[in-house]
Amino acid sequence: MNIFGLVGQIFAIALALFLAPLLTGWVNQCRAWFQNRSAPPLMQPYYTLHKLFLKDVVLAHGASPLFRFAPFVVFGCMILACAIVPTLSTDLPFAPAADMLALVGVFGLARIFISLAAMDIGTSFGSLGGRREMLVGFLAEPALLMVIFTTALICQSTSVATIVETLAHRDFIIYPSLAFAGIAFSFVSLAENARVPVDNPATHLELTMIHEAMILEYSGRHLALVEWAASLKLYAYSCLGLALFMPWGIASGASILGLAAALPILMAKLAVGGFLLAGIESVNAKLRIFRAPEFLGTAFLLAVLGLLVRLLLETRV
Amino acid sequence: MTASIPLSAQLINLFASVILLLAFAMLAQRRMLPLINLFAYQGLALCMSTLVVAVTTGQHHLYWSAGLTLLLKALLLPWILHRLVRKLHVRFDVESLINIPTTMLVGIVLVMVSFNVALPISQLSSTVSRGTLGIALATVMLAFLMMITRTKAIPQVVGFLAMENGLFLAATSATYGMPMVVELGIALDVLVGAIILGVFFFQIRDQFDSLDIRHMEKLKDG
Repeated sequence: MNIFGLVGQIFAIALALFLAPLLTGWVNQCRAWFQNRSAPPLMQPYYTLHKLFLKDVVLAHGASPLFRFAPFVVFGCMILACAIVPTLSTDLPFAPAADMLALVGVFGLARIFISLAAMDIGTSFGSLGGRREMLVGFLAEPALLMVIFTTALICQSTSVATIVETLAHRDFIIYPSLAFAGIAFSFVSLAENARVPVDNPATHLELTMIHEAMILEYSGRHLALVEWAASLKLYAYSCLGLALFMPWGIASGASILGLAAALPILMAKLAVGGFLLAGIESVNAKLRIFRAPEFLGTAFLLAVLGLLVRLLLETRV
Repeated sequence: MTASIPLSAQLINLFASVILLLAFAMLAQRRMLPLINLFAYQGLALCMSTLVVAVTTGQHHLYWSAGLTLLLKALLLPWILHRLVRKLHVRFDVESLINIPTTMLVGIVLVMVSFNVALPISQLSSTVSRGTLGIALATVMLAFLMMITRTKAIPQVVGFLAMENGLFLAATSATYGMPMVVELGIALDVLVGAIILGVFFFQIRDQFDSLDIRHMEKLKDG
């Protein structure tokens, strides 16, 4: 492990912490434009985080230590995820800590803790949100795994850094399987990040919300951490999608020049991605919760198709 | 490995995958008009893939069949179907015997089976596009599935036409197309078939006041 890689790694984590609320703010802004509302300032998520960190925590009487512990676990999981996913460079000393499958596990761990914490207080909304989250999660996870298997088959490795490295520096080949996997991945990301076809991040209407229902009881710095973790999750998913399906511009070695070139490219890609996300959220209606399995089933189907097409078309026996 | 596949074969594979994707989309579609549009897109993708095969291999009759595909399957037949739907006032939702997620799962199994069946056959073939044989077979099977699971007459006809798409893809991918006479014959058959089925729709509706073919099980003798 060289010192350069370590610096790059720490820089990537710091960048994730800094950029994640910005990305959320940008998506909110774009969505407001699409919906013909006056947009909140770009920095609004930072102001909210700042405000929440200054506030006192109000805990319910029945809260167990798990409830106080969960935001830190979730936040930690998301930071780990952001550390593994290549954002600027594929030379990541932390990358051997977890491969793609473990990355899915990290997201799963965060989900379990936030759902348990939601059920911990014993309010009806909390357990409702927790159960719905688990419903969405257990359907999204196999689809995500299938997407990962497709990319892993192409690159002969399950390490995120190696996969991105291979995909970024290959000759130009059209992979129909990657296209399938890309569509499936975007479905899964919409569901996992509580975005519109499955959940509405802006709603406080009790009957429709999933993520918001789970974090109703949180306040103060706990809420700040949970919100920040949600931003980080969106950022990690966006970066993973960009790294897998449009990896051009990611630096392979650790060099100041490479990182400096990769940063604006990443920002531009994230800006376009956030804009598209806001567009998707604005033109789609939220699905009934019982239609969510069908939505995620489609994602699973596409991912499996990608895998099969990969096996049939792109291997020469 | 993959690097040895020429660009044309990659393009053919891409279009074949799009055709497969559209076959699944048709299977999942609940509404009549988008279903017909999806069928039109499938015809377009089929035309493109035939065109790529034609350019790669320099077989002139494939240009004709590509043009014929575009004219018939991407323009004329969808137009006829659109007109039928408008005249029959059947814009309602498509009903399916099995619910749609289950249908999709059955579809995946069908795709696996047809890929496995096609693999040894495609190794005998020496064309650039032999890999797509499995996809063509899968498209035929999915169209069959659609015909079996739908209760309304129009989706069944769309399934029938989509099956023809799959056969056509199989013909181009395995053997660079059938002889021109056969192709023309099939194309005209499908066209005539669609028109006759259109007349049938009117008859069915006049008889039963509905296009649900389940009513036809209750035929009485005299």
